[in-house]
Amino acid sequence: MGPFRLETITSRDVRDRLERLELPFNQYGMDPFGISKKHLGVFYSMLEVFYKTYFRVKCFGIDNVPERGGAMLVGNHSGGLPVDGGMVLASLFFARELPRHATGMVEKFAGNWPFVSEWFSRVGQLPGLPEHALRLLQDGRLLMVFPEGARGTGKLFKDRYRLVQFGTGFMRIALQTGAPIVPFAFIGGEEALPTVYHAKTLAKLVGAPYWPVPPYLVPFPLPLGCEIHYGKPMHFPGTGREPDEVIEGYVEQVKSVVELLVLRGCALHRQRADGTFAQEPKDSPSDDLADAPSTSEPTDSEP
Amino acid sequence: MKILITGINGAHARMVALRLRARGDEILGIDRRPWPDAPEGVHVFQTDVRKRPAADVFRQHRPDVVIHMATITHFTASAEERLRINLHGTRLVFEYCHEFGVKQAVFVGRHTIYGAAPDAPLYRTEEEPPLAVSTFPELADLVAADLFAAAALWRWPGLKTAVLRMVYMLGPTHRGTLASFLAGPRVPTILGFDPLYHFMHDEDGVEAIVRAVDHQLNGIYNVAGPPPVPLSTLARGTGRQPIPIPEPLFKYSAGRFGLPYLPPGAVAHIKHPIVVDATAFRRATNFEHKHDAHAVMVSFRES
Repeated sequence: MGPFRLETITSRDVRDRLERLELPFNQYGMDPFGISKKHLGVFYSMLEVFYKTYFRVKCFGIDNVPERGGAMLVGNHSGGLPVDGGMVLASLFFARELPRHATGMVEKFAGNWPFVSEWFSRVGQLPGLPEHALRLLQDGRLLMVFPEGARGTGKLFKDRYRLVQFGTGFMRIALQTGAPIVPFAFIGGEEALPTVYHAKTLAKLVGAPYWPVPPYLVPFPLPLGCEIHYGKPMHFPGTGREPDEVIEGYVEQVKSVVELLVLRGCALHRQRADGTFAQEPKDSPSDDLADAPSTSEPTDSEP
Repeated sequence: MKILITGINGAHARMVALRLRARGDEILGIDRRPWPDAPEGVHVFQTDVRKRPAADVFRQHRPDVVIHMATITHFTASAEERLRINLHGTRLVFEYCHEFGVKQAVFVGRHTIYGAAPDAPLYRTEEEPPLAVSTFPELADLVAADLFAAAALWRWPGLKTAVLRMVYMLGPTHRGTLASFLAGPRVPTILGFDPLYHFMHDEDGVEAIVRAVDHQLNGIYNVAGPPPVPLSTLARGTGRQPIPIPEPLFKYSAGRFGLPYLPPGAVAHIKHPIVVDATAFRRATNFEHKHDAHAVMVSFRES
């Protein structure tokens, strides 16, 4: 028996899409940020199962994400584990003909975990530092940001879909690089992994900011349907050197658009749970939702 | 041009000397070790940079340019010896440069002074602080030497000072920090971590130093060649076998079982990457590396 090769657990669809991915891989299949084509193959093959079968993710408005060039995806955290991030990455990779890879801004504690640290860096999920965000956007990459941070994933079930405070660093970087902000809402994660309690001692032991405990004790998400709603890209004028009040105002605008997308997504999610889930209605740009709408038809994933 | 190279008997320093000599520069060298078959036009003074005869070389020969390469990086030398040579030697060389009318001083330093940490940015710019002073305390003497050399920029503005923070040099010479790490058939890694390693070919490194002279650089510059590759790729590419060791056992394995001796601080440098952004140097000198990562590894393996 020959040595085990990671490529053998990469699905055919993923292999085809990896070929279309516009990343500058060298002869070792590595890009300058340490992203490995081989590892991406395994990563996306695993996400594919969760995206298409386990969570049966429906993705709306994927065309709001630019096909090329730098952009910042900004959304809500949903669920006790960063399942939302994985599914957002999967939607960018699977929901369109031209796949894109986004880099998530990961909590710093993960950098010290064996294997997690290695895999995160090989699949382009880097510590959430302003230096990384700037460099990636200047390089024309997609960035996935959850401005709620660990406060967002650490939400208890009773607070589900209630956005907590947004950090403001992302806005200064968006202004500095001129990158558009694409707001999104992730719906379903809170039900898939409802956190009813935080095991503080356990969290301290592993160096994590929290340890989610669901009613069924094992912190693993349930196979419930999820949706992702992308809103229209938002552009803000400025250089990133504006006073805090200006930046906070911009951040509030993004937050309110994400809130609207979440509200709308939750309504659709309920319909899906009731079995009355219709095709996503055409955009209904009433005044209050003018900036917020997700778009047209769902782009995946249920057969 | 009259160029003085300190530590001229190092493998890379000799290459610099021969390269400059071949194009017609007059070369002086200071080293404690002899260079019996030094070619014509290369005058080696066998002394210590900290001794009076070294000052006489400056006084009598009045070099136009000094390339300071008399630093110790290997850990077989005692901490006191490293401090004496690296810090006190650097201090004296720069003082002589100022006192005896040298026009340009080039300090050949290392990128490792930036230090490796889980929450450090992937690409370090010249403005980044030298974290090695805490992450790898055994490198404190090199950090101090680098900062001392850089202080000449404001202390003596008339003396053009180039501080080069060079990535590991690797290639047919089999000399340097990384070559020592890769000397045996087995290379220790930390289980669950596979950091990016940034290195360049010996000849590209020499070319970069020569360009720093030609362009009369004045400032602090990172110097790098091809994009980095993971340590596992580097080990295999150089024909070595990576041996993943659980971190708690690492200190017991260093220097045993055919693995290289490493000080405790080295663990961070085997867990996390140190990668530099060398854009400023490329812009200032039009430097382009000639050997990609594959060529560097092959040249090391096959020589």
